[in-house]
Amino acid sequence: MSGILSSSIGRKFAMSISAIFLIVFLLQHFVINILSVFNPTVFNQVSHFMGTFWLVQYILQPILILGVIFHFVMGFILEIKNNKSREIKYVKNNGNANSSWMSRNMIWSGLVILSFMILHFIDFWIPEINTKYIVGDMSGMHNGEFRYYTELVEKFHNPLRVGAYCLAFVFLALHLLHGFNSAFQSIGANNKYTKGINSFSKLYAVGIPLGFIFIALFHHLKQNL
Amino acid sequence: MALDSKIPQGPLADKWTKHKNDINLVNPANKRLIDVIIVGTGLAGGSAAATLAELGYNVKAFCFQDSPRRAHSIAAQGGINAAKNYQGDGDSTYRLFYDTVKGGDYRSREANVYRLAEVSSNIIDQCVAQGVPFARDYGGLLDNRSFGGVLVSRTFYAKGQTGQQLLLGAYSAMNRQIGRGKIKMYNRHEMLDVVIVDGKARGIIARNLVTGEIERHSAHAVVLGTGGYGNVFFLSTNAMGSNVTAAWKAHKRGAYFANPCYTQIHPTCIPVSGDHQSKLTLMSESLRNDGRIWVPKHKKDVEAIRSGNLKPTQLAEEDRDYYLERRYPAFGNLVPRDVASRAAKERCDEGYGVNATGEAVYLDFAAAILRYGKEQAHIKGLSEDDEALINKLGKDVVKAKYGNLFQMYEKIADENPYETPMMIYPAVHYTMGGVWVDYNLQTTIPGLYAIGEANFSDHGANRLGASALMQGLADGYFVLPYTIGDYLSHDIRTGTISTDLPEFEEAEKKVTESIAHFINNKGSKSVDYFHRRLGKIMWDKCGMSRNEKDLKVAIEKISALRKEFYKEVLVPGTANEFNEQLAKAGRVADFLELGELFAKDALLREESAGGHFREEYQTPEGEAMRRKEFQFVSAWEYKGEPKDAVLHEEELEYNNIEVKERSYK
Amino acid sequence: MNLTLKIWRQKNANDKGKMVDYQVSDISTDMSFLEMLDVLNNELIEKGDSPVAFDHDCREGICGMCSLYINGEAHGPGRKITTCQLHMRMFKDDDTIYIEPFRAKAFPVIKDLVIDRSAFDRVQYAGGFISVNTSGNTQDANSIPISKHAADEAMDAATCIGCGACVATCKNSSAMLFVGAKVSQYALLPQGKVEATDRVLNMIHQMDAEGFGNCTNTGACEIECPKGISLENIARMNREYLKASLKG
Repeated sequence: MSGILSSSIGRKFAMSISAIFLIVFLLQHFVINILSVFNPTVFNQVSHFMGTFWLVQYILQPILILGVIFHFVMGFILEIKNNKSREIKYVKNNGNANSSWMSRNMIWSGLVILSFMILHFIDFWIPEINTKYIVGDMSGMHNGEFRYYTELVEKFHNPLRVGAYCLAFVFLALHLLHGFNSAFQSIGANNKYTKGINSFSKLYAVGIPLGFIFIALFHHLKQNL
Repeated sequence: MALDSKIPQGPLADKWTKHKNDINLVNPANKRLIDVIIVGTGLAGGSAAATLAELGYNVKAFCFQDSPRRAHSIAAQGGINAAKNYQGDGDSTYRLFYDTVKGGDYRSREANVYRLAEVSSNIIDQCVAQGVPFARDYGGLLDNRSFGGVLVSRTFYAKGQTGQQLLLGAYSAMNRQIGRGKIKMYNRHEMLDVVIVDGKARGIIARNLVTGEIERHSAHAVVLGTGGYGNVFFLSTNAMGSNVTAAWKAHKRGAYFANPCYTQIHPTCIPVSGDHQSKLTLMSESLRNDGRIWVPKHKKDVEAIRSGNLKPTQLAEEDRDYYLERRYPAFGNLVPRDVASRAAKERCDEGYGVNATGEAVYLDFAAAILRYGKEQAHIKGLSEDDEALINKLGKDVVKAKYGNLFQMYEKIADENPYETPMMIYPAVHYTMGGVWVDYNLQTTIPGLYAIGEANFSDHGANRLGASALMQGLADGYFVLPYTIGDYLSHDIRTGTISTDLPEFEEAEKKVTESIAHFINNKGSKSVDYFHRRLGKIMWDKCGMSRNEKDLKVAIEKISALRKEFYKEVLVPGTANEFNEQLAKAGRVADFLELGELFAKDALLREESAGGHFREEYQTPEGEAMRRKEFQFVSAWEYKGEPKDAVLHEEELEYNNIEVKERSYK
Repeated sequence: MNLTLKIWRQKNANDKGKMVDYQVSDISTDMSFLEMLDVLNNELIEKGDSPVAFDHDCREGICGMCSLYINGEAHGPGRKITTCQLHMRMFKDDDTIYIEPFRAKAFPVIKDLVIDRSAFDRVQYAGGFISVNTSGNTQDANSIPISKHAADEAMDAATCIGCGACVATCKNSSAMLFVGAKVSQYALLPQGKVEATDRVLNMIHQMDAEGFGNCTNTGACEIECPKGISLENIARMNREYLKASLKG
């Protein structure tokens, strides 16, 4: 087992495991967010539960953060190593002849997603942590009602921010379009289920980001129209 | 020097076993003190290197390619013979021996061929153990196919890439020894001379093809596994780099060169498409299992086809001449290669060739597609009258069997062989002649061995399909590692051979001078210019059929061309760099000498046998006419110029097989 | 056909190298790509210039010696062929063709278009074999039946010619298709299973040490591979490696 993380396959494996974990998280995140469209009350309740339940806060949240950081850091490490493996580039390279744009530009889609996540952390996560753990207000209440839905709606007021969100989700879709089934290939799952995984991954890669975009636009249009 | 083939006494079937028991061995501790150089890493050289290293000798292996895996054995398509009798069709060691001697037109050495047949089944066991993925049947057992000149199915195969798989097997065995440090591998190195010390081969001079450096390497014995010399014809199925240089340098140092005129012209190659052609591509003999060879019966149809007014598929059955089936009903399309090639030439010479140059015949799979299609429809319980369905099912079967070959054909010829018959024509493929060796595979220079296609021994005047792989691996895995021990057992106290000996000095000087000549010779024509001209002389005068007049002309012309070459050749660049033209110049220089000896040998041999067809010696039906007085191996001793070479005859005796007219009717 | 060729020229490993333009004329569509280069070289030689160095040997697509990155693709346009099987009918009159060496840190240029692929050999030395003696005293070839399916799959993996197109075409210069093919061939056969653990660990270790990049599953290698070696082989290698890592 020693040194597995220093080997090329070991790193790819770790990359895939963190990716699959993030994919699952993304689905969960989406399910909660979509509630805001249909039923603000339930959305508030679930948000409060997630925001205060010890298992989520003290166990899952740190794992998630580590997963995110790991995925990015490892992504950069791999990118640097990959870059070094060809010191002189081709004068003419016809990448489109044999591979998709997405597969060749994971680092760029990843970087866009990273910038988005910084925005996202500034928007939601840092204020959350501040309210709950610095200020010490674990009630989740503001002006006598749950604050989550209101905060969400507020964030989608500014068209620039909504635009940034939508763009980021387009890149997330591109990232997932390659990343989802690629993760399965990296852990060695290329078998009779591969075709099914590929179709599902396409559905997921387009569907989930579209859903997020829908949520953002829904709240934006609802308050601006 | 009288030729002593050192064939062991005793009954044929016991000779090899008895010989192995009688010869000296080197004890394992002493093997560590002995160095062996192996030049060439094809099936013969690669398998020998791996086996000798495994036995404990220190092996240095050389190849001119960038990796041992690229040796031209890799291009062999069809298969490898072995007398396993897995099909239960009556095969046996004797039958393989019989077929090989008969196929070689009674011009090979009985004892060698029997030994080859004997060890053939070991090869298959060995290769399977090494992980060679031979084709298997649904029961999980090894599958066989049939090849020309035999009546049993004894050919093992790995799709159309048998040579590749066997070579990669030998390469993997080498890798294991390289990893252990028992083989030191020299890639991109070309042997340019063999060094003789006190009458024994003690090393080589090699050029590092990347840096141009001339290197001295010493050893207690030198083994040549350097392949054949088909490229003397310029156009052949050999790789571009295949050359005679190592063997020829050995010849110039005293190794006799045997039967140079025995050349195999393979019947099924893709025809020449123009003057730019740099090499010819083989279509495996296995295609003749299912393909039928024909030309139109009538000249008017030939004209129509050539002018494009008639498609071959439109020609009615009764207007086609399946000339092999007509002339050789017993073997049909599966006659040996020499017979099939000559028959194609005969039809084309008569004006029935089907392409623009008149040098092509058809190889047709329509009948096979129909037959397999019906068979499949029957198995699957589908309608046997549905033409489209039958066609599809049949094509699927043909695709499974020959898919990669069909694809290769389509890429080169730009025609779809599933829809229209392939066009094929004979091309130079293999050389049965080579460095003369005795039963121990030792040349006339003590300590110098030649194995695989580089030697002359096992195929006589014609090689049967799927026998080259068998011979290469037999020599390398199972014969040489034993016989060389007998010689090396006298060297256990010799110690390392110094490369500072005057003999190394002299050899290196000779090599350096020859290179300097090429570099400083500011001629006007490229090396290829001369090589093409040599090839044309060889093909026109020493090709599929030969006669006294042409051979004499060839000798004159080659000799003159050689002089012109040394005067006019232009080699760009310097000696101390990667310089392909320089390497080529040396090779072509040797071809220009060999070519002349080739013609001289063909002139001497006043008979027709196997790949050597003299127009003066044929039966009334146009078949080869062998003559008893030529039942010998012609081994040539170098005396300065090819024309001065001295002939030594090794009589061939057949005590276990009746020498008959070779008939495939 | 008349063509403009833009060819990478580099005197030796230490030279910086650059693209140089050449014109060739009267090229027949029946010529192979390498025969077209022969024409150019012959002209260069007879003019007293140095010919373009490129690797080639069998010229029938099996030895794996030829390489060349042609118009931005390994072995040029066309699928399941090597450069030597590429014919000029794939090009049009007046085309401009870029010809570069296969590029990877692990494949340094020796001269012009000639590269050093000995890294592949070293990966094979590390474990590309079954440790069986070549004595001939092995058991009968038919004593272990192997299912036709496994044998065929092993054969498909074994058809790799080691040309390096996978590395050249991969954006990361990864050698995983090459190594995956070898690991797969042996993993699929009972004879290879005995040493499976050590083999995959040693080969991957060597592969990484040679400076090849990581696989990002773009799939470009599979498409450019002249023998159509499948990505499944990489997945199988990944499995084998993970299994072996847990064991060893």
